[in-house]
This record gives sequence, structure tokens and C-alpha cells, in this order.
Amino acid sequence: MSQDIDPLDLEWRNRAVLAQEAGVPPGVHSLWIINKSGGLVYHKTYADIPHIDVNETMRLASMWHAIHAMSIQISPVEGCTGIELLETDQFDLRCTQTPTGTKFFVTAAPKTLGLEHLLRSVYDLYSDYVMKNPFYEMEMPIRCELFDTNVLSAVRNHNAQLGNY
Amino acid sequence: MAQRPTAPRGRNPEQTGQAAWMATEKVNAELFTLTYGAIVRQVLHDYEDCVEDVNKKLDSMGFDIGCRLVEDFLAKTSTTRCGDFKETAEVVAKVGLRLFLGIGTRVGEWNPEGTECVITLDTNPLADFVELPEKYRDLSFSQMLCGVIRGALEMVSVRVTCEWARDALRGGDGYAIRLL
Repeated sequence: MSQDIDPLDLEWRNRAVLAQEAGVPPGVHSLWIINKSGGLVYHKTYADIPHIDVNETMRLASMWHAIHAMSIQISPVEGCTGIELLETDQFDLRCTQTPTGTKFFVTAAPKTLGLEHLLRSVYDLYSDYVMKNPFYEMEMPIRCELFDTNVLSAVRNHNAQLGNY
Repeated sequence: MAQRPTAPRGRNPEQTGQAAWMATEKVNAELFTLTYGAIVRQVLHDYEDCVEDVNKKLDSMGFDIGCRLVEDFLAKTSTTRCGDFKETAEVVAKVGLRLFLGIGTRVGEWNPEGTECVITLDTNPLADFVELPEKYRDLSFSQMLCGVIRGALEMVSVRVTCEWARDALRGGDGYAIRLL
């Protein structure tokens, strides 16, 4: 019996296999948000990965901030916007910087698809549930429950596409 | 690492603004206008009718709003960095004001150096039902809007001065904002 397989479906299945081979959980691992001065304002993990303590996350965030800035300076291309994707055997790191200088990045299983899209929707949620929350103080750590739940469901939606396999 | 695309890619700002406006949830215009009126009235009360202080306060309130609203603007329109001030003014006028107020605008009256322009608004929804009484003659009723533009641009490292060039409430001919 022949069965039609959606090419995109196949693509997703391959990614899930890749994650398994690398020995890491499939899908999105963590989300980080760094303010324009390099301070970590948001960090959440969404998969069973080794715990990093709070001080360490803040140090890593400011280090990423510096590396990102460096990549812009040493780039041979004028108008470079910094590192967008870091690929390793165990995970991918996808980063985006908004024109206001806020950086969003996610870590995920290698070759996870659509991370750019996920970052866009996180930015959307950030502009709604963080910036429009009158009790959120600019540049401070984000403690907004609505933001937490909405991001969680965005991540779950994203992972769900992998979950079927 | 990718090269910076030139903003706004391939589409003119007018279309971007229109598309963003169509995609946004709307609120009742009267509710908006009345809320703004109530705010101005309250600020007047708080500053005991000192019009000069009220103008400043409205501007700084607008600034704070702009600082936050700019993220919403960027998230919804995927605007990238502008090449020059001319482009910035176009984006503010055609995309920004369209997206948040749903109004048509024209950019013009550039000075020869290209550092100063005037954005003419077709209508001003903030001031729909307003008549300024004699004692508030110097009140810049819609000053908050200037503050918003200033705040939003400040966050993307463009420092501007923004003021009303023409204000129909104060006997001007239509509504226009000067940007420099």
C-alpha cells in the first residue's frame, strides 16, 4: 500500500532522528533574552537538559552579548547584524537582535527547523505581554506570568511538530 | 551572518503601513479619543492649570509610551534599520502613524540639508471633539503624540526634536508635526 508522505513531515522526522543520534532531547531546549546592556532578563528551559545556576546564566548571557558584538566588528561585510546561528554537534543556537538592541536566542536540538519563526513569535509576545505591562520596568528581569504561559505554549506548539515521531 | 537588508524590503512604506493596520485589532475610536481627553484633563488638574508644565508632562508621558511601543511596532512590521533620516521620516509617517492611529499622512517641507521635515496629518483622532477654552490657549493638546515619536526613535538610536508645526486647535491650518 502506498502512502503519501508530506515532504515537510519527512523533514521533521529526520530532525527527530538526528536529535536522537546526538543523544539530546528533540525540539527547543531553552530561551534566553538579553537586554541592550548585556544583562540577562529572561531564561527558561523547556527540555531535560543539565541545570545551569543563576549566576552562571548571567555570566553566559553577558559573554554572548560580547561575542555577538565582536562578530559584528570583525565581520568583513558592512552592516552585519551579528551571529544568527551557531551550530554544534549537540545543539543549535539561533539568535536574533531587534533594532532596539534586545537579543533573543533559543537553543535546540541540532538542525531544528523554524527557530527563526519561533523567535519572531516570542518577540511578538514580548511586545504584547512585557512591554505593554505597565508594571514591567524597562531593562529589568521579566517576571510576567502571561508572558511565561504564552511563550510556553508557543514552544510546545513548535515541539508538537516533532512530537508525533 | 547575513548582510543587512535595505529596509523596508521591496515594499513601499505605504503598503507596509496599510498591511499592518489591516492586521491589527482595533478599538472604538471614541473610546480612544475620550480616554485621551480624560488624561489631558487629569494632568491639567494635577498641575493646577499650569499649561507649560502640562505640555512638558504630556511629552514625557508620550516618551515613555514610545519607548515601549516601538517594540510592538518592530514586531508587527518587521522593520529593519533605516538608511537615512528621509527614510526614517517616511517610516514614522506612513507605517507608524498608520499602524497606531489609522490616519493618512504626507511628509514634506524638507530643509535643504535634509535634517528637518514636516509630517502633515490628514486628521488628528486625538483632538476629534476638542475646543480649547481661552485660558488653555497655549496648551499643546496632542503633545503626547510628539513624545511617542521622540521616545520610539530614541530607542533605535535616532535622536529627534518633535513638535507641532501646525495645530488646528490653536488656530493653525490642519495638523502637522515637525521632525528635526
